[in-house]
Amino acid sequence: MNKSARRTSEVLANMRIIWKEPFLLVAILAIFYFLLLFVAFPIFQVFRYSLVVDKKFDLSNYLAVFSARYYYQPFLNSIILGAITGTTGTIMGFVFAYALTRTPLPFKGFFRQTVTFPIISPPFVVALAAILLFGRAGSLTPFLQKILGEYSIYGLGGLVFVETVAYGPTAFLVLYGVLQAIDPALEEASMDLGASRAKVFSTVTLPLAVPGIASAWLLVFIQSMADFGNPMIISGNFRVLSVQAFLQITGMYDLSRGATLAVLLFIPTTVAYFLQKYWVSRKSYVTVTGKPTAATIKRLEWYIKLPVYFLCILFTAMVFLLYGTIVYGSFQKLWGVDATLTFNNYIQMFRVGKDYIIDSLTLSSLATPITGLLGMFIAFLVIRKRFIGRGAMEFISMLTFAVPGTVVGIGYILAFNQRSVLFPFILTGTAWIIVLLLIFRNMPVGIRSGIAALQQIDPAIEEASTDLGADSATTFRKVTLPMIAPAFFSGLVFGFVKAMTAISAVIFVVSGKWNLITVAILGFVDSSRYAPAAAMSLLLIVIVLIAMGIIQLVVNRIGRGVRTTSIVG
Amino acid sequence: MKEDYLVLKNLVKIFSGGKESVIAVDDVSLQVREGELVTLLGPSGCGKTTTLRMIAGFEFPTSGEIFLDGERINDVPPNRRPTTMVFQNYALFPHMTVVQNIEYGLKIHRVPGKAIRERVEEVMRLVGLKGLGGRSPTQLSGGQQQRVSLARSLIMEPKVLLLDEPLSNLDAKLRESTRIEIRKLQRRVGITSVYVTHDQEEAMTLSDRVVIMHAGRIQQIGTPPEIYSHPANRFVADFIGKANFLEARVAAISSPNTAELDIHGTKLRVSTDYQELAEGAKVVVVVRPESVALETKKPGTLTGVIRESVYLGSEIVYEVQLKDSILTVEVPNPREHTLFTNDQEVSIRLKEKSLHILPAEEPVG
Repeated sequence: MNKSARRTSEVLANMRIIWKEPFLLVAILAIFYFLLLFVAFPIFQVFRYSLVVDKKFDLSNYLAVFSARYYYQPFLNSIILGAITGTTGTIMGFVFAYALTRTPLPFKGFFRQTVTFPIISPPFVVALAAILLFGRAGSLTPFLQKILGEYSIYGLGGLVFVETVAYGPTAFLVLYGVLQAIDPALEEASMDLGASRAKVFSTVTLPLAVPGIASAWLLVFIQSMADFGNPMIISGNFRVLSVQAFLQITGMYDLSRGATLAVLLFIPTTVAYFLQKYWVSRKSYVTVTGKPTAATIKRLEWYIKLPVYFLCILFTAMVFLLYGTIVYGSFQKLWGVDATLTFNNYIQMFRVGKDYIIDSLTLSSLATPITGLLGMFIAFLVIRKRFIGRGAMEFISMLTFAVPGTVVGIGYILAFNQRSVLFPFILTGTAWIIVLLLIFRNMPVGIRSGIAALQQIDPAIEEASTDLGADSATTFRKVTLPMIAPAFFSGLVFGFVKAMTAISAVIFVVSGKWNLITVAILGFVDSSRYAPAAAMSLLLIVIVLIAMGIIQLVVNRIGRGVRTTSIVG
Repeated sequence: MKEDYLVLKNLVKIFSGGKESVIAVDDVSLQVREGELVTLLGPSGCGKTTTLRMIAGFEFPTSGEIFLDGERINDVPPNRRPTTMVFQNYALFPHMTVVQNIEYGLKIHRVPGKAIRERVEEVMRLVGLKGLGGRSPTQLSGGQQQRVSLARSLIMEPKVLLLDEPLSNLDAKLRESTRIEIRKLQRRVGITSVYVTHDQEEAMTLSDRVVIMHAGRIQQIGTPPEIYSHPANRFVADFIGKANFLEARVAAISSPNTAELDIHGTKLRVSTDYQELAEGAKVVVVVRPESVALETKKPGTLTGVIRESVYLGSEIVYEVQLKDSILTVEVPNPREHTLFTNDQEVSIRLKEKSLHILPAEEPVG
């Protein structure tokens, strides 16, 4: 038998087995349909609207964009912003990761908690705090003006500052894992052979961490380019793609121009994502297993400790200052003018935003469990089952992770404001479009934590269940799911956090009837009502923390099983 | 007792990954009798586990057929096959108690609760797990986990019990006692079993018959004594126990099953084990270390020089140089024998009854 014949016979054998489990077959087909409809189709629509004019293939949208500075400047700006933030975020992440894995820094748990806090908060909260502190009426502005002279927080500088705080933590998590996984014995060996501390770092630690650094840089680059909330608030005259695409569509009602800008945003971020996933991660020398190796910490020279500690303390203080400002600002009568403490902001916030809060909670609570279950099930299929299209399933389901929210949001309007062959219903304006968007946008979080958990579970345990007579569905329900339950719930937490704090994609699909808390905050900021915006942001953070606390309790009760989660892009 | 209860017919398994493909199992045929314990024995990578997994249904044969109790089971998915497996690292469900693990299969098959309780109790008594039912697998020792795994499989009363190196995670002492227990249990229950191991001692003590595999192919099938005393080829002789190989020539065929061999000029009469030998043919004589006696040098005998001796108490092991090869010789109970020193010339007497002849330069595999 030659190879292709053998392949065919193996595939057929696999198919025969799947045929015998109708549930599995139906599930696989259904998942493919949903992935095509809710992931691939919207992205396809974005491309179609940018390339097809009057039912003909036409590059005029692109020519128009690249002939007018007004349009191509945002493209350059977004790339510049992504590159700078990628660099500052990675440096910050590396310093923290180094401090936490390689130095005797005290209170490591505290530093770790603080540095990762921005991940669970709505991203634009940092921009809001920055305006309160450093803006026109900012409380630190007079002080800072003495040092810097005239400056404006609105623009590239402010954006880089804000996004470094918001997305540096992502770089930190990647690099923390990488540095933790580098066997300290290698560094000891280097020292043993006569290398100084600096030589150890430059010849062993740093080269081993290079793939991790590249990964971190690319991930921050993507997040920064795709960011919508912060630039919306603080970019001033520095125009970026995500905001311009949004303005084209909601301000000018120019769908095809908006779609074209979305494509320009899509390409660099997606390229960066696949570089990160398929190229950089393959170059890695270390595998991040989640099992930390105990790094031995020897005496460290002061000239290493001093700058590292200084940067850590500075950054941590900045996080406290920013979020503290949100708390303080939410109780002030009028920021920068009248510092009388009052509850008025909360009253005003509830009066205006009650429906937004209820909608956000309802829709997120609806989407999160489905996100989690679907994510776990896809992880199970992809890791444990053999079927035609398995690779395609993994690829498509991770796609929404790579694609900026702006692109997804525009795609959803273009895909579901009319009936199509794939889906004979109009979803625009309903709650369903929001729920579906949240599900499919956050599903990769569930898939990732599922995959991470499954890879740590011996397949023999599931085989044992099959061997004793259980079919795939029963095995998944009775064996796999309970074992990955902690990972499942952690996936739920982050699914919920992401659903509650989402803005860039959902802003396109909200409607008068169904709206979200993040959109409301943006509305407050837009009308310069910073105090209610701060109050609402704080409420959002509290809701998220409560949800995390509840699920943590659940996880602790379950106890057994594998506990891993990955929240990093 | 059915003779061909489990039948493997020309099983082939090729793993194709990217450009390369590996032939893991190459034309394996085997008949297992009802109630028999057959061991698949071989070094790692010989295809024994893949064969076992094909019987369980976790791998599909590239070609060939599997019959169980007269029924072709190639296309039966693993969850519908009447086989159960004891996994190498037990594969106990970590989120269930011991009892929940054991009753899992019966619950899947919707056996009524009362019957489940009775059978669980019975099988737990059988494997010696009484009183541990409420524990979590993580609170058990390796040996206890192994029993849970065995109980979980046995309770299903499978047509064939499959064991994939079940003892490899236990320490040496426990391994010895457990394998005797498994043997007793298997005899008592009378369950047909296929047992995979790379440990020849385990295979010898446990099995009714041993299947020796190498490079995906079966080298020999036989009872433990058959395999030890009449190895089919050099690989088997070397893999089972220790063996010296001496080149020799057939000088004469004296009677239908006795040949006169010429070993380095010394004549020796050996039983030919039903092999067809031609006069003048080159052969290899398999000499077990215990089938050699050393004596003080006498003229007209095969002589060698002691190169090394290792005293082990119950025996003494010599390395004797014979022309350009080294012969390992074990002399039991050294206190009863003359001891030799290094560089001393000795006479080598081969115990004719325990010698075995193989054709020279056989094709490998």
